[in-house]
Amino acid sequence: MIQEKVAQKTASGEGPMLLSLRNVGKIFSNGVTALSKVDLAIREGDFLSLLGPSGCGKSTALRLIAGLSTPTSGQLDWRGSIDRSNIGFVFQEPTLLPWASVFDNVWLPLRLKGVSRAKAEPAVMEMLARVHLNGFENSVPRELSGGMKMRVSIARAMVTKPRILLMDEPFAALDEITRFKLNNDLLELWQDERFTVVFVTHSVFESVFLSSRVVVMAARPGRVFGELPISAPYPRDEVFRTSPDYAALCRQASDVLVDAINSTAGPHHDGH
Amino acid sequence: MTAIEDATLKLDPEEARRVRQERLERIGKWVLPLAIMVLAIWLWDRICVWNEIPQYILPRPGVVLQTLHNDARLLFSSLLVTLRITFLSLLLAVIGGVGLAVLFAQSKWVEMSFFPFAIVLQVTPIVAIFPLINIYVNNQTVKLLLCAWIVAFFPILSNTTLGLNSVDRNLRDLFKLNGATRWQQLRYLRLPAAMPYFLGGLKIAGGLSLIGAVVAEFVAGAQGQSSGLASRIIEAGYRLNAPRLFAALILISLTGILIFLVLSLVSHLILRRWHESALKQER
Repeated sequence: MIQEKVAQKTASGEGPMLLSLRNVGKIFSNGVTALSKVDLAIREGDFLSLLGPSGCGKSTALRLIAGLSTPTSGQLDWRGSIDRSNIGFVFQEPTLLPWASVFDNVWLPLRLKGVSRAKAEPAVMEMLARVHLNGFENSVPRELSGGMKMRVSIARAMVTKPRILLMDEPFAALDEITRFKLNNDLLELWQDERFTVVFVTHSVFESVFLSSRVVVMAARPGRVFGELPISAPYPRDEVFRTSPDYAALCRQASDVLVDAINSTAGPHHDGH
Repeated sequence: MTAIEDATLKLDPEEARRVRQERLERIGKWVLPLAIMVLAIWLWDRICVWNEIPQYILPRPGVVLQTLHNDARLLFSSLLVTLRITFLSLLLAVIGGVGLAVLFAQSKWVEMSFFPFAIVLQVTPIVAIFPLINIYVNNQTVKLLLCAWIVAFFPILSNTTLGLNSVDRNLRDLFKLNGATRWQQLRYLRLPAAMPYFLGGLKIAGGLSLIGAVVAEFVAGAQGQSSGLASRIIEAGYRLNAPRLFAALILISLTGILIFLVLSLVSHLILRRWHESALKQER
């Protein structure tokens, strides 16, 4: 079903296929089936959210895509050659080097590729400006707020101009006001650069606000349960956030999510 | 807004008490230990006077101070000898400890295989090993160095190993994602992450290297082969020169305190911007 949808969309002139997961499964050594028979198509320029309850394997899927883990079965097909430098990753925590300045943290991916400080400077400073952190390049992470740390983390992931940005519940630990702000800024960045995003979240509202597609996952075993295209036009802003359209879409996504949770076999563990 | 910014703002009783408490603690931190120290010295002096204790058993503090002044040339030249061994062995302990820790961090297998050796070296009393070293090593300085090194290197090795292995998992993934080489991971991630642990080990090792140097001199000094502070103590003991014995002892203690303070300062300067241990407590 998903494959069909993808075919239609591609035909209707959206970005070409970037990555397809075919029949992907992951079983951990302790016997837990984290993912089972996952089919997922990601097109260039997609803003795709993986929405689901805890334990549905959305983070595992992200790690598979990042190449941090290998699938037990099935395969991942990248269109064209892609290496790790084409992938940006944002963790749930800011995951910064606490001893290094903001500049050095953002420079890190380039530094690991052998780019000198002087050569990296324009790119680093540009990225810092893009995430609204001008003037903070000499601060160390502990001097920043949670939201600012996450901005540094995003700047670091984007400084190599990756083709695909993987985000693992990046704003889950932030307060709502900060989260809204970061949502807006992320969308702005995405619209300017049109990279591909795979965004893991358990927030219906966040996934609908950000994404062009929401893929709902279910747990035990982790699997794709359904998909919801979010056709609302970009740019999306505060007007969209308070519109009836947004509320209706959230309602739809929420219904699919509830079905996904109810479909889980066995006793309910409240997501633990 | 203005009320909060007003410098002469009225504090409620709880806040006022807290401010008073903080001020007292700030003063007490310095005054209390000093006062107790002065009191102890005074008591020492009085005990000598009240009980008419002869100088060769327990000299009065004033006499010790006088001896420190009179024998300064002899004592300080000995102190220099001891300090040389102390710092050289500390330097070797840093090189050896960090080097081994880095080696251990390269592979769990290496660590599992060789860590027991380090423990054996650590738990065997140095006084018991020294006769062996005495047989195998000819050079006097090398003998002392080896002794002090064995005592001092373990905390550095053990702490640095712990530090190198306690890197955040996500950061490790980040380096992997960016195709970092082993060397890059060590240089940019593991070594800086291990720094607070290493500095903790260094503080312990600083004191231990002094202890190691003095113990080694004691064992060597018993054979008349050393000219460090420990041999001055032994010599003074033989001659019932208690004032000089005390003077030498005080010098050793002061040196130990100084080493600790210097290493604490170094540690603070390195960590002050980022590590929890060096940050002022925030409310």
